[in-house]
Amino acid sequence: MQVTLKILRFDPAKHEKPTWHTYQVEAEPWDRVLDLLHKVKWDQDGTLAFRRSCGHGICGSDAMLINGRNRLACKTLVKDLGNVITVEPIRGLPVEKDLIVDMEPFFAAYRAVKPYLINNEPPPARERLQSPEERERFDHGTKCILCASCTTSCPVFWVNGTYLGPAAIVQAHRFIFDSRDRGKRERFKALGSGSGVWRCRTAYNCTEACPRDIPVTQLIEEVKRAILFDRF
Amino acid sequence: MAHRHEVIVVGAGGAGLATALYAAREGADVAVVTKLYPTRSHTGAAQGGIGAALGNVEEDHWEWHMFDTVKGGDYLTDQDAAGVFAKEVIEAVLELEHMGLPFDRLPNGKIAQRRFGGHTKDWGKAPVHRAAHAADRTGHMILQTLYQQCVKHNITFYNEFHVTDVIVEDGVAKGLVAYELATGELHLFQAKAIVIASGGFGRIYKVTSNAYTLTGDLQAILYRKGLPLEDMEFYQFHPTGLYPLGILLTEGARGEGGILRNALGERFMERYAPTIKDLAPRDMVSRAMYLEVREGRGVGPKKDHVLLDLTHLPPEVIEKKLPDITEFSRIYLGVDPLKEPVPVMPTAHYAMGGIPTTLWGQVIRDENNTVVPGLYAAGEAACVSLHGANRLGTNSLGDLVVFGRRAGIHAARFAKDADYHELTEEHLGESRERIERIKNSTGREKVAALRAELQQTMMDNASVFRTGELLAKQVEILKELMDRYRNISIDDKGDAYNTELVEALELGYLLEVSEALVHSALNRTESRGAHAREDYPERDDANWLKHTLAYKVADGKVTFRYKPVVLGRFEPKARTY
Repeated sequence: MQVTLKILRFDPAKHEKPTWHTYQVEAEPWDRVLDLLHKVKWDQDGTLAFRRSCGHGICGSDAMLINGRNRLACKTLVKDLGNVITVEPIRGLPVEKDLIVDMEPFFAAYRAVKPYLINNEPPPARERLQSPEERERFDHGTKCILCASCTTSCPVFWVNGTYLGPAAIVQAHRFIFDSRDRGKRERFKALGSGSGVWRCRTAYNCTEACPRDIPVTQLIEEVKRAILFDRF
Repeated sequence: MAHRHEVIVVGAGGAGLATALYAAREGADVAVVTKLYPTRSHTGAAQGGIGAALGNVEEDHWEWHMFDTVKGGDYLTDQDAAGVFAKEVIEAVLELEHMGLPFDRLPNGKIAQRRFGGHTKDWGKAPVHRAAHAADRTGHMILQTLYQQCVKHNITFYNEFHVTDVIVEDGVAKGLVAYELATGELHLFQAKAIVIASGGFGRIYKVTSNAYTLTGDLQAILYRKGLPLEDMEFYQFHPTGLYPLGILLTEGARGEGGILRNALGERFMERYAPTIKDLAPRDMVSRAMYLEVREGRGVGPKKDHVLLDLTHLPPEVIEKKLPDITEFSRIYLGVDPLKEPVPVMPTAHYAMGGIPTTLWGQVIRDENNTVVPGLYAAGEAACVSLHGANRLGTNSLGDLVVFGRRAGIHAARFAKDADYHELTEEHLGESRERIERIKNSTGREKVAALRAELQQTMMDNASVFRTGELLAKQVEILKELMDRYRNISIDDKGDAYNTELVEALELGYLLEVSEALVHSALNRTESRGAHAREDYPERDDANWLKHTLAYKVADGKVTFRYKPVVLGRFEPKARTY
């Protein structure tokens, strides 16, 4: 089938603002949007810039705004989109070139929640024990691939870039609810601050955007409650 | 721009991050130079588990794991490496747990373990539960956990920096040159010790489980400099690639009870490996699948693949223990593994060969184990040789933690007593010239077309089954492709995020590692592990129980030297399962 692919392109060395470019591409219904981008880059215009690596939804490189929704280009098939497809960079992060955005603010928020196990007790000779139920408690957050689909779909983040954003809160949740962790108070400092969880207005965009089916909004609510109950 | 760090690690996959972390714990000033963002590396795609004789589910011993590794490698595995590995991987898994890795758990709270191909109890009698896992995203969790620890230790990262040169002069490693993707600028890195942990090169083949970015850059750079690559003829095809894309479906699916079936519905592995059947090592299963197809028992309109049947498993096992591969099958094929079997065919997966090293990751330049001071390698880029002629499932994740740790510790200690070497702008020259040549070229060859030819011909002539005739043909094809590569040109002449230039550089590396692989495969006139020569179907211990070291002389011209296999308690025997 013939697909009309509209890509919002931008080269700061040449243009003042982004412009739409249209490409006609021959595609199969089971092709990934990533395959179409490759067809453009390899057969029509080598200057098109985008990130990708694994090609099957596990590395988190290729989050884009596809037909108005944040998704991974490698996990979105032509058959689910029809024959006119629009592709734009994810929103709220500075665009560097075409579909490539500056990821540094995103990773800075990630680092701010101390995304690592905090436990200064000397570890046992063998593994720390954890029941299957305790392990299940934080399972959702462990699926996160840091693709930024959630954070860059959040209207609060678009307006206020200092908001930590859903992805960083998901990472915090993953440790706060891990029975082996002892660092929740340290994390609550960042999470309870003006740029933390209270910015969330439960728009649910993040949950809809997550390519890993993480119930992001629910996890944010659980972190809010954990901070509240910690005060009593 | 110039930078200086005591230890510089190239690559931010599992091996690179493990190396960086342990070097930092030794007190070294460490930086990681990576062509991707951290957590994008392909360790994250590893699914099924990390094998270690924890004995949490049933009796197990590191000696059994060592034996399985040696036998799985068709006795080309260096037994000192296998011994160190099988012992230390137990400690490594426990350390990962202490770092916070969310392993699945048993009801008693210990780490859960599952069965995997080639891992047995009692010296091969039956499959054993050895693979510690986190659902079917164990590699993802290892990568995340190691990166979390690197954040905690404030390790410096140079993200989206492509290494274009390793400076080795007077037999000593002195630094690196890297191309910054964001700006197009070349950077000079001074280091006392350099650790190469840049992964594999599955993209030489058309059907592969590997990321687009796995192009053997650093193997090629060292090979061009006249340093050897070891055992490149041994390349693993994973049996269960999602057909036709080649996306990995974990062997853990068979560990949980999945069965391979041909068009007649037969469980054909019963004929090839009567004792452990579908859990035979990957080289044997992949060959069995090719033979089933060749003999007309393939599935589908083209009769060109087989089926992975999970439909007899309880739905909760599939959904809970194999959620990602279930989703891959549903998304990319529209096939629900709960209800119907999944089309699969072998997919290019893992290089057993690579940059030769000692047990501490030191790069060696010849059969006498002469070390290149200051240069290290770990993970898939390296060849210790732990995996011999065929790697067992889960042993790659174990390898990168065990030998990443060893390389990190050794590199940090080496750096303490070493000095920096003088580097000048002149060291950027070769890289600058190569980049400018591509950018200014008006040649008519296109990167994508040339790469597609390479990938198709490597698949046709140098994959699961090989013959002298086809390999010799591929030698000539590679020569021609290298000639044509000189005439490639690109559209993008810009400096910022010139990903087209990067693809052009990567194609050059793919051609180099393909050359080393094909020449080594043509040279080895026997069948062993993943190297199956139809014109030499038997293993030949009298002549070939030795490692290949391939040296580049010129394009199309390769010479060989040989390194003895480190033998030990396990005498080479016929390999049956």
